[in-house]
Amino acid sequence: MLPELGHFALILALLLAGLQAFFGIAGPAWSQERWMRAVSAAVAGQAVMVATAVLCLVTSFVGNDFSVAYVAENSNSALPLFYRVAALWGAHEGSLLLWILLLAGWTVAVALASARLPPRFAARVLGVLGVVSFGFLLFTLATSNPFLRLDPPAPDGRDLNPILQDPGLAVHPPILYTGYVGFAVAFAFACAAMLEGRLDQNWARWTRPWTTTAWSFLTCGIALGSFWAYYELGWGGFWFWDPVENASFMPWLVGTALVHSLAVTDKRGLFKSWTLLLAILAFSLSLLGTFLVRSGVLVSVHSFAADPTRGIFILAFLIIMIGGALALYAWRAPLLRSAAGFELGARESFLLFNNVLLVIAAGTVFAGTLAPLISDALKLGTLSVGPPYFNPTFMLSMLPLLALVSVGIHANWKRGRLKDSERTLLYTLVAAAVLGCGLVFGLYAHGSLLSAVGATLGLWILLSSLVDPIDRWRRGLTLSRGVLGMTVAHLGLALAVIALTAVQSFTIERDVALAPGGTATAGDYEFRFEGVRPVEGPNYDGVGGTLIVTRHGRPVAVMTPQKRHYWVQHQVTSETAIRMHRGNNLLLALGEDLGAGRWSVRIQIRPLVSLVWIAAFIMALGGALAASDRRYRTARAVAVAPEVATGAQPG
Amino acid sequence: MTRFLLPLALFILLAAVLAVGIRHSPEKGVIASPLLGKPAPPFTLPSLTDPAHAVRSADLKGHWYLFNVWGTWCGECRQEHETLLQVRRAAVLPIIGLDWKDDDAQAVAWLTQLGNPYQSVGTDHSGRVAIDWGVYGAPETFLVSPQGVVVYKHVGALTPDTWTREILPRVSGLPAGKT
Repeated sequence: MLPELGHFALILALLLAGLQAFFGIAGPAWSQERWMRAVSAAVAGQAVMVATAVLCLVTSFVGNDFSVAYVAENSNSALPLFYRVAALWGAHEGSLLLWILLLAGWTVAVALASARLPPRFAARVLGVLGVVSFGFLLFTLATSNPFLRLDPPAPDGRDLNPILQDPGLAVHPPILYTGYVGFAVAFAFACAAMLEGRLDQNWARWTRPWTTTAWSFLTCGIALGSFWAYYELGWGGFWFWDPVENASFMPWLVGTALVHSLAVTDKRGLFKSWTLLLAILAFSLSLLGTFLVRSGVLVSVHSFAADPTRGIFILAFLIIMIGGALALYAWRAPLLRSAAGFELGARESFLLFNNVLLVIAAGTVFAGTLAPLISDALKLGTLSVGPPYFNPTFMLSMLPLLALVSVGIHANWKRGRLKDSERTLLYTLVAAAVLGCGLVFGLYAHGSLLSAVGATLGLWILLSSLVDPIDRWRRGLTLSRGVLGMTVAHLGLALAVIALTAVQSFTIERDVALAPGGTATAGDYEFRFEGVRPVEGPNYDGVGGTLIVTRHGRPVAVMTPQKRHYWVQHQVTSETAIRMHRGNNLLLALGEDLGAGRWSVRIQIRPLVSLVWIAAFIMALGGALAASDRRYRTARAVAVAPEVATGAQPG
Repeated sequence: MTRFLLPLALFILLAAVLAVGIRHSPEKGVIASPLLGKPAPPFTLPSLTDPAHAVRSADLKGHWYLFNVWGTWCGECRQEHETLLQVRRAAVLPIIGLDWKDDDAQAVAWLTQLGNPYQSVGTDHSGRVAIDWGVYGAPETFLVSPQGVVVYKHVGALTPDTWTREILPRVSGLPAGKT
């Protein structure tokens, strides 16, 4: 009964989303006050229906109802309760449902905060969000219904993919998706502004906190995903330029550009059409990412047609949403002229460079990610693009960007006089260069020039982002949350650059074959293999190896990497052992049984790798601080333009 | 005006590429298996229908055959059953079944009720052989050459389309049983 109720609730949600879209967009267009007031009712109703559907599916998972196909495919009665709930978003159908739930959540939040917005504008924003939700609900119901029944019911489920059986699964997708979906709000604000044909600094001020919040979630989500891949999948790295990772990274890059471009639109009323374009792009890439990755097109070109209706639906939806927004942009953006100008060397120009470089970076990632698809479509043969392409091309746009961050921080709005901060810039750069080269060539004898450049740039950003806050603090001035957030986020960036430089330059990797009692040395560490023992968990069994780690003869740790075999899906996963020691991240993975008690073991020692994720969380914290600035919350005397102004638009 | 149209133009180009991509991509099931091009894992299993005999991979050398993983608990297996029966009627190659983690009595009842497309069915109660073959979930179908090499793997229910477009062309490349 419950699955049918959930299915029915989804259908009602679809209808309500349709009403929300219609009233939200048609209401302001035909000046129907009553229609506009109906929008929030539709929002609330839709949210209730979506929540009901999700609850129904969760109940089926918790109650092991294997007559529901999705539950039978992704859960098992031996699965712990925690994972039975998280299994909801373990595969395509449930992920879509999670997407819809989060979108409903964001929409409710926007509706609650919309009292501060002009009613016509608020209605349009909610209307656009309704269109997005309608599309997703229709897609789910038409091609990916999670409530389909099995007849006869399966006696037991096929189990959740063991790779996903980790606490990371519970938090990673929802947080990542919250970020993805959050860009829908910026997108809706952009579309609403274009429908109004008017975009002022107030618009940027309304949009900023939403965008920054979404960006923070996305940052956290990507960091968690990377941490999860490192820790759980035992892949021995934290970033692989895998299509799935790229799909989340591209919206992040464009989102970062958007956060900065919105700052210019807010403070100076510039970059209006550019900001709109970025808002559209960020969400388009989120959509592309969610859809293409989930449907498998980017992972394997071939599985795109796994379900031809699904592939065609995805494409149609992308064309309507993105194509529609871009057509609206082509029509309305020319109306939005920026009045003021700025000098070269002013902060605006550095933010423009920031934007251009970030978009170029996103473009190179995009090209690399879609290259296999394009070459296949054009019959150029199968093409695989990996780190040899991504690393250098990405660095090509990132290095200048990092070099400009420090200068940009010290530049003034509007005026291009860098003279005032010339000395600060020089001092911090010299200090960073001395420190960076000293660390790279002194501490580690085998540093390369690129390592030195990376360390210097990271330290330069670190020092220069601290100059202004320290100066203000000494003069007894308070820091607004906005400035504090910016500083924290830039510090996070600096730490990330330093950590990435260290990991890329000084990682040690060794694959060794060890018999019980055998030892291997890597870096300063010695690993003594004690053999393997059988292990058993609630739904798996396997073997665990024991290795005693010492450094210069002193004990460091006992590490036990495991190899697990999950019963139901017959999948073998490698459970790596990870230990932090003096900033070094030691990772051991059990490889193959070589017979006679000998096992192959992979040893990796990565300096500062944990700092990469910590730095990402610091960036996200910066975003959260900035988004909570008082100036976004205080009810200001909003200069609501007379309603006639919108009536005078062309078209 | 033109520069505002540029993003739209680029997007239309991308959409066209994606559309071509959908049309050109082959059917479902080309999930790469590490087994492709490698010798099929050997097995010796008790036969479902004839407990006195065993189903042995060694006996299958020299013939093309399909290795089909199924179970009565698997919903999609019921869907593909009709296709398997058609393949049997086509009599191009034998189908060897692997009854995976199943109840023997139920499996026999299934074959009696729906028809038996298999030349022989091995029962894999422990799931050991399925692990060797890298089976992720039922149904899965492998095409094995007379040399005992895995030539093709299909994940999910077999369709007549997969049979005619993917499997048959690979078989007729070498006349069956002539090596």
